[in-house]
Amino acid sequence: METISIRAPSVTPSGTKTRRSVRTRLPAAIALLPTALIVLVVFIGCMLWTVRLSFTSSTLLPKLDWVGFAQYSRLFANDRFVTSAENIVIFGVLFIAGCLIIGFLLAVFIDQNVRGEGLFRTVFLYPYSMSFVVTGVAWQWFLNPGLGLQKLVRDMGFESFTFDWLVNQKMAIYTIVIAGLWHGSGLTMAILLAGLRGIDKDLWKAAKVDGIPTWRVYTSVVIPLLRPMIVTAVVLLATGVVKLYDLVVAMTLGGPGIATEVPAKFVMDHLFERNNIALGTAAATMMLITVVIILAPWVYIRYIRQDGRHA
Amino acid sequence: MSTLVPQGRRPQRLTIGRIGVYAFLLTAALFFLLPLWIMVMTSLKPMEEIRLGNIIALPAAMTFEAWSKAWSSACTGLECNGISVGFWNSVRILIPSVILSIIAGAVNGYALSFWRVKGANVMFGVLLLGAFIPYQVFLYPLVRIFSMTGIYNSLTCIVMVHVIFGLPTMTLLFRNYYAGLPIELFKAARIDGGGFWSIFFRVILPMSTPILVVATILQTTGIWNDFIFGLTFAGRENLPMTVQLNNIVHSTQGERAYNVDMAATMLAALVPLVVYFVSGRWFVRGIAAGAVKG
Amino acid sequence: MSTVSVRDVTVAFEAVQVFDGLSLDISEGEFIVLLGPSGCGKSTLLNAIAGLLDVAEGQIWINGKNVTWEEPKDRGIAMVFQSYALYPRMSVRENMSFGLRMAKTPKPEIEKRVARAAELLQITPLLDRRPDQLSGGQRQRVAIGRALVRDAAVFLFDEPLSNLDAKLRNELRVEIKRLHARLGKTTMVYVTHDQIEAMTLADRIVVMKEQKIQQIGTPDEIYHRPANLFVAGFVGSPQMNFIKGRLENTGEGLSFLAGDRRLSLSAYPFATAPSAGQEVVLGVRPEHLEIASDGTWPGFKVDIVEPMGADTVIWCSDPVGSVQVRTTGSRKAMPGESLTLHVDPSQVSLFSAETGERL
Repeated sequence: METISIRAPSVTPSGTKTRRSVRTRLPAAIALLPTALIVLVVFIGCMLWTVRLSFTSSTLLPKLDWVGFAQYSRLFANDRFVTSAENIVIFGVLFIAGCLIIGFLLAVFIDQNVRGEGLFRTVFLYPYSMSFVVTGVAWQWFLNPGLGLQKLVRDMGFESFTFDWLVNQKMAIYTIVIAGLWHGSGLTMAILLAGLRGIDKDLWKAAKVDGIPTWRVYTSVVIPLLRPMIVTAVVLLATGVVKLYDLVVAMTLGGPGIATEVPAKFVMDHLFERNNIALGTAAATMMLITVVIILAPWVYIRYIRQDGRHA
Repeated sequence: MSTLVPQGRRPQRLTIGRIGVYAFLLTAALFFLLPLWIMVMTSLKPMEEIRLGNIIALPAAMTFEAWSKAWSSACTGLECNGISVGFWNSVRILIPSVILSIIAGAVNGYALSFWRVKGANVMFGVLLLGAFIPYQVFLYPLVRIFSMTGIYNSLTCIVMVHVIFGLPTMTLLFRNYYAGLPIELFKAARIDGGGFWSIFFRVILPMSTPILVVATILQTTGIWNDFIFGLTFAGRENLPMTVQLNNIVHSTQGERAYNVDMAATMLAALVPLVVYFVSGRWFVRGIAAGAVKG
Repeated sequence: MSTVSVRDVTVAFEAVQVFDGLSLDISEGEFIVLLGPSGCGKSTLLNAIAGLLDVAEGQIWINGKNVTWEEPKDRGIAMVFQSYALYPRMSVRENMSFGLRMAKTPKPEIEKRVARAAELLQITPLLDRRPDQLSGGQRQRVAIGRALVRDAAVFLFDEPLSNLDAKLRNELRVEIKRLHARLGKTTMVYVTHDQIEAMTLADRIVVMKEQKIQQIGTPDEIYHRPANLFVAGFVGSPQMNFIKGRLENTGEGLSFLAGDRRLSLSAYPFATAPSAGQEVVLGVRPEHLEIASDGTWPGFKVDIVEPMGADTVIWCSDPVGSVQVRTTGSRKAMPGESLTLHVDPSQVSLFSAETGERL
């Protein structure tokens, strides 16, 4: 039907590009070149280089020798690293689960036609706009055993109240969790609220006519419908978990002792302060592997299997 | 009550349910507001009152001394010129970083949405995956590269780093936005003889206002709040506010002045808070846009 | 006795007062259609009957019981929605039985009702599928099925066919009519903006505009004796021809006068006493205009001819204005042709130009 032929950039049926279409696409390719370079050099190149360095014995400066998996065995014998791995798991599970639960409850309750909804949303979300350093410093002060929460409650009459988690080896990591929940629940709430709002209003009406109790509507109808948003939230939160560094540095500096060490901090310390590049890059590689293991199934489900379905 | 004929509005049942809802929300609001309250209160008290008094109480004698100390004379490492130094450093880092990373994202998003370049989608895929990988994996080699080219520990360095690591999110943001624009617009411009750049500046960019706002909010908040890049790449003369704040709070010099610490924290939190309150709905839109991956 | 009775109801909807004291009585087994353009309040009224909206004043009675304060599930109603509103992650069977399971109905009873409804709507092979695996028409049948199993006395339909394409709409329309016939004593209250649905399905139509009832009547009454200009123009396609003019006293009684067109109104059944010189609007349906060489109105010229197969619609005009004429498909006409039209005065409708009300 087209009597006017429009030369949009595309490949002609025979598979060869016409000279004109290549020329018109050139500026686009050139525009993308810097990014392509960065992807190559930084995202791929630096990553490979880090992995390579983990197989060396570099200390202050990189040395391109080969020591096999020696650094890795040292890593797993290293108390600091093992603790950091445990901590990140504890933090990850509690943080993600907690944010989802708190975020969901907040979203559900806000969605109940409450007065001042805008105000509530502002209050719940503002912590997300703060940096982790600010968050860490604020909570470190609030949970200060001598002058903070503990003293407050004691002054109110509860003489035997203790909340010295911040300086308690076993409990310190949970203070990080609390600060993290304070920071991230608002974000989860925002995402889930958007999902809730996207649910067909007629669905609620139908449930009312059918006589389904409200809580049952949430469990049987709403939460299944929210699955994509929940996945999105989990992915976002998970990226935050792996990157956990600022919060720990600001709040506890990894202490008391090594009680709140996290992998990111382990890497940074060994790369820049302890002059052990090889060990640091080994730990970084371990972080990379963990992320890949977690991401791979998600990428597969989202992208590869979908293409299969369409093919 | 037995002779009441039902008519008109239903009597208010669900009062217990309603109360529960508000109780929960108000308790949650308390939890979220408490740290902010405490920060502000502490920053307005003199040290004796902090030591003796109650962490949530209003100051007996409000004083802004801690704030002026934090701004101009707090010790951030070896120097004691206050966090104002960090403030201006952050500003100097923020402006070029935000502008450049948004431009990069916009051009990339535009090229990816409307122009078919071979391998572009693969590149984009790798870029996105890179967003999930922790920075520590890239950090050391990057430091070496900057060292070798002599720009390590400079403003240029930190700005470049922000642009590089902002590429995945920014590109994704703009690409998704542009993918939602009607392709007919683009085709019409092509028929009219437009080329890559002319279409970008004359057709696409003018239509990009909403996403530009969102991108600005996201980048401003993200870059201002950054700690790890500032620490590693900015160099001692350009340390951003977050790093200086951390130094102030963890400084081993002299006695811990909690009110100064809190004042400094508030000062560091000011810019993102203002952005947050001013942007309102746009902030949430930014989260939603950034959250929809792929 | 009426099954559904809306008594003097006022609804406050989003801080706006809707329906100031509206009343409506619906008999048992009746199929009543609430017809009107968007925003006229028909869905609001339906939601108020269902209990999904509170009434600010007045009462709702269903089956002899005052249900004004009752929850929707206790009103003995079932409802079908425009967007189907099927529970997304459940099978068709689970969708249809969810409400019954919540009400702790015994399993054999549930299975019996689901099977019966599925058979009535021909969805038995779909019982184990999920909504996202069904087509639009199938989904709507499931929605009707979900309503059916409630064994309710009153069915409420909120524009159920609006999301379907034209062909499906026609199919399901007939199904709904058949269903109503099979179910006997079930009262159906149906909301739509489509006047064809209203005309074909209803026992009575309630025409609404801007939250006020314009006319209640059988399809025949609505079509042939519309109560005002709005009803006359809303129902019937192609739309009724409206000609502005005056009443004039001639020797044999009152006549309608517009430019050169004259029509004797001695055969017209006036409901209210007319007065000479009154400004009026004459309404004539396209099918009531005949092309006859000895007709009352000569001097029309054909503008456009629309052949529709079974009928032909001819747009023609004279100095007064243009009209549409509907005639048989075999009548050919050419643009520019001259026509004479004949009007039967007992078929026309006369409206006051000032109030729009029927005279």
